[in-house]
Amino acid sequence: MRRGFLHLRLMGVVPAARRYVRVAVSLPLLRRRLIFVTGKGGVGKTTVALALGLAAARTGQRTIVADLQGEGDPQEREIAPGLSRISVDPQSAMEEYLLLKVNGAAGLALRQSKLFSSFAMATPGMRELLCMGKLWELAQLERRTRDAAPYGLVIVDAPASGHGAAILRTPRTFAELARVGPIANQAQAIARTIADPAFTSVVAVSTPEEMPVNETFELGDALAAAPDPHELEAVILNRRHADRFTEIEVAALKHHGGDPGVRVALAEHARATRELEQERRLRDAFGERLLILPDLFVPRLELAQLGLLAGDLAR
Amino acid sequence: MNAAQLLEGKRVCICVGAGGVGKTTTAASVAVGMAARGLKVAVVTIDPARRLANALGLERLENEPRLVSPKRLHGLEMRGELWAMMLDSKRTFDDLIERVAPTPARAEEIKRNGVYRELSSAVSGSQEFTAIEKLYELVSDDYDLLVLDTPPAHNAVEFLNAPGRLTAFLGGGALQVFLRPTGIGMRLLGMGAAPLLGALRLVTGVDLISDLTAFFTLLGGMTDEFSARAERVERLLHAPETAFVLVTSAESRPIDEAIWFRETLRENGMPFTGAIVNRMHPALSPGGVQRDLPPDLRAKLAASIAEYTVLAERDAAGLERLRASFTGEPILQVPELDGDIHDVQGLLAMRAELFDD
Repeated sequence: MRRGFLHLRLMGVVPAARRYVRVAVSLPLLRRRLIFVTGKGGVGKTTVALALGLAAARTGQRTIVADLQGEGDPQEREIAPGLSRISVDPQSAMEEYLLLKVNGAAGLALRQSKLFSSFAMATPGMRELLCMGKLWELAQLERRTRDAAPYGLVIVDAPASGHGAAILRTPRTFAELARVGPIANQAQAIARTIADPAFTSVVAVSTPEEMPVNETFELGDALAAAPDPHELEAVILNRRHADRFTEIEVAALKHHGGDPGVRVALAEHARATRELEQERRLRDAFGERLLILPDLFVPRLELAQLGLLAGDLAR
Repeated sequence: MNAAQLLEGKRVCICVGAGGVGKTTTAASVAVGMAARGLKVAVVTIDPARRLANALGLERLENEPRLVSPKRLHGLEMRGELWAMMLDSKRTFDDLIERVAPTPARAEEIKRNGVYRELSSAVSGSQEFTAIEKLYELVSDDYDLLVLDTPPAHNAVEFLNAPGRLTAFLGGGALQVFLRPTGIGMRLLGMGAAPLLGALRLVTGVDLISDLTAFFTLLGGMTDEFSARAERVERLLHAPETAFVLVTSAESRPIDEAIWFRETLRENGMPFTGAIVNRMHPALSPGGVQRDLPPDLRAKLAASIAEYTVLAERDAAGLERLRASFTGEPILQVPELDGDIHDVQGLLAMRAELFDD
């Protein structure tokens, strides 16, 4: 709360009455305003982002989960009490930006112009900047979109690690490239927000396999070495399988190694052993910051199962 | 159907798919298998696992394929040649500029330009662009088959879109119209240049425009060359000797993406060859030892089998959905391999599955 207050005053955009609206959040992880969830492809970033969103919404925090794939609904939609979802795509973000920033005939001409649109979309870094701008806007208590209610927390279902770390740098890079002018100012404002660890945090998702764990370490290093360094706020180990067999049981099972069911059980035991090794690597490096989610063994996660994972995260 | 039959008569194999489905190992395994059968194969990998890179003798990012010693793939009879490289995206981009620039001095100037530096190391698009660029370069060498791994993207279709965006930028059509205040763009928009440029400045900032102007002045006549290259690359991607091979797991999200990607290829008239589905959990055949085990172990075994069955049923359903979206193109299945697939043993195990031996 205190940090939030100090920070918002520094931002200088929030009327006094709004400062105390936020509800205290029990889960330390969710105390930021903007959380980037990233990790290797296929580790369950979307699942974890939504589970975190549910956990936050349940504490009374008005929360939105934003993905950057631009394939879903570009409008904010409530999917559970207190939890909304949006799919940010550069095209809609630019149209919204132009609508707000460029008045009159020129604004209309730019919005309708295919030429301008292809110009903007092809300019290096512009797509990323537009997306970051939209995320930043979502995280403001004073929304620039008319009538939009503020969110206490924005969770970004970010691109895979490499791109995830790079996209955090985009506003800064762009500010340096454009140097002066409105876009440079805007990019600087966004870059300051991203650089502030009290406002923005990065959460890595991994599965208990060697490659995703390696990538988690690489992500941590890349973030630490960035011009605006970040520390991984948490590492969420997703789809962890518990070892259900004791060594004695494994020995007993090995007598029946020809049986297909027993082979499945032995493979499961071998996997759990490998996973334990990967968990240890992460535990050694991240200690208390490591959170674990089990594999729920359902073909497709629905809101109910995400709720279970949210419960695990909030414990 | 095995991978050799899948790639019969093909010169280029582009492995596409969502992240985390084993794309790089699959691309490498296909290359190893085809080389073992007697072809001269080059595989272009992008960001491979350290140990996979080591397995192929790739110590660093490089710009040219190097011959992989058959000794590294012990136990496999290598009748052809396997060449491999880890793509150096920035170097490939620089090489392209050097090749296309009229003078070395001009190339140096471009490489120093801020817009170019950002472009060639940009977040999105440059890896995809340079991967295709490298493919296009290698195709004129004497390889029988090129296998291309594709960059990790948030979705598979990004690989098809990103190079076009960058080429459009380098070709510069839209931009140059904007940068020339009296250009046709202004007339088309039916308004004076002043308010539009004013608006553009408002959105982008003056310095960015002057940087862009400088960049395009430097590119000068080269933009035509970029456009021409882009057309030749397009032709290569549409050629009947080119194979897009979809790599996926049978989980629901990768299958969703695979179906979507297949649809995009169809819409773009790209040569789609088939799919490789990794990490399959085949259905269990019934066993009967349970009754010989102590009750609590029996219960644990039953729980283990029940969980496996969920995965097997999920995979079967995913495979069925994928098959239903295809028009008869083959689907190769690779079972979940025990242990690590990112080393020589994993590579050879996957190769054996893909080539039925």
